[in-house]
Amino acid sequence: MTKVLHMSSNAGSTAVREIAGGFDVEQVRADFPILQTKAHGHDLVYLDNAATSQKPKVVIDAITNYYKHENANIHRGVHYLSELATAEFESARKRVQAFLRAQLPSEIVFVRGATEAINLVAQTYGRANVGAGDEVLITAMEHHSNIVPWQLLCEEKGAKLRVAPINQRGEIILEEFERLLGPRTKVVAVAHVSNALGTVNPVATITKMAHARNIPVLVDGAQAVPRIPVNVQELDCDFYAFSGHKVYGPTGIGILYGKSALLEAMPPYQGGGDMISSVTFEKTLYNRVPYKFEAGTPDMAGAVGLRAALEYLEGLGIENVAAHEHELLEYATEKISALSGIRLIGTAREKTGVLSFVMEGVHPHDIGTILDQEGIAIRTGHHCAQPVMEWFGVEGTARASFGLYNTKEEIAALVHGIQKVREVFG
Amino acid sequence: MADLRELYQELILEHSKAPRNYRALEAANHKAEGYNPLCGDRFTVYLKVDGDSIQDISFQGSGCAISKASASMMTQSLKGKSISEAKKLFERFHQTVTGQATNNSNGSEAEVGKLAVFAGVSEFPSRVKCATLAWHTLQAALDGDQHSISTE
Repeated sequence: MTKVLHMSSNAGSTAVREIAGGFDVEQVRADFPILQTKAHGHDLVYLDNAATSQKPKVVIDAITNYYKHENANIHRGVHYLSELATAEFESARKRVQAFLRAQLPSEIVFVRGATEAINLVAQTYGRANVGAGDEVLITAMEHHSNIVPWQLLCEEKGAKLRVAPINQRGEIILEEFERLLGPRTKVVAVAHVSNALGTVNPVATITKMAHARNIPVLVDGAQAVPRIPVNVQELDCDFYAFSGHKVYGPTGIGILYGKSALLEAMPPYQGGGDMISSVTFEKTLYNRVPYKFEAGTPDMAGAVGLRAALEYLEGLGIENVAAHEHELLEYATEKISALSGIRLIGTAREKTGVLSFVMEGVHPHDIGTILDQEGIAIRTGHHCAQPVMEWFGVEGTARASFGLYNTKEEIAALVHGIQKVREVFG
Repeated sequence: MADLRELYQELILEHSKAPRNYRALEAANHKAEGYNPLCGDRFTVYLKVDGDSIQDISFQGSGCAISKASASMMTQSLKGKSISEAKKLFERFHQTVTGQATNNSNGSEAEVGKLAVFAGVSEFPSRVKCATLAWHTLQAALDGDQHSISTE
């Protein structure tokens, strides 16, 4: 998984290769078969990475290999394949543990995605610890998946959902946030990186503020894990959630990290096989963590695919990826804000991966359709974050979101596409 | 780009920039709100119906060029029409934007008149809902359904 570092030794050569962030983008692109796609007769320009990322061949191969050579049900069989599959699954868990810098593999729970991870915490920790009159604190920039699970909990318990405000740049106002941490606050849930704005939130500071009042913190890391280094012990957060498919891994698999003591004390999530240690019709004893939260046959191929994705990312170096995407974001911000009639939505000082904008006189949906005809894939609409759209006074935005395989040429194509939108709409 | 010009016809762009009958109708006796949660388009359609006749019709709201132009042109083509004519026109319009209309001969394109400019929508399946949102809202208003309707 080592990548050749191309040094820009032949400066002055006419062949310009993009060497950014310590890896060769062209070489990286060759790892992703889908990037060869033609869309409406154009080279695909995939700028919808905040929605889902594309998969390198090593991930696709890992899944195929699992089904070809390793598949059996785990944790139960005494036979060769079952032992092999179990070892693969548990090795994937250890890979995630190392990736997140968690203390123990048992702090890593396999779930379907970040959404399920958050629902799991709301339905187990939340139901056991949030009561009538209590409060759950989130922020104004959350994705629906970090709003609705808490709303459901609050409705059920007669608790109150409090929302920390953001400023014009799309940053959490920390003083306001701190003021909202009260004696009734039982959980804080906050995005590490906003999917709609790209804001990187100061989750370590937020955690410190909450911990000073003994309030646990859940961090929604779906947008952060693919693009910035994450160390859960340094962040000191209590829960961390992310999805495999946004980090160049497969769909259907995701991770909930939880501190051991909390996971141990939490009631189970779903009931079924694998989450028990013994069952009678009178009483069931639950399995130890993390298995207590993994009822039923898990997505084993997904776990193996996720392991391959994390290994791929670590092979490139997450710092290199972060540097590359930062360069793309700066370039895109400069080029796009120079166009007339464009307003950027989300201009946080700490920002990554996402460029959300609106265009005077043109609805985001129309921008999306015209760019699509140029082979450029962006997301348009509210990005599953309607409250933050409302806050900015827009119904939606056009959002370009970058991945490790994107290039400056692709951003130039985006700029050209936006000019074409202007041509059509005058 | 040929495809795009099919979709964004001059008449459509013109209506989206300067929508007709864009106001609340005080004397309305039928009204409904339509909403597309996927893109956030939201329109209210107002009607003043006397017996079987649509005496006046207007709309308000926000949305993309296709949905706004469609709402605008719908109000233009329905003023003075009967309810059954309106429903029939919706049927024809729906066939037009989904590519089920027969093009030549005595096909429905002739019957939909100016609304035939929306035929290009049929090449863009994700935009059919934009073109039909106002019409679905109209139907809800005529059917006396005062609740908000949704495309999803």
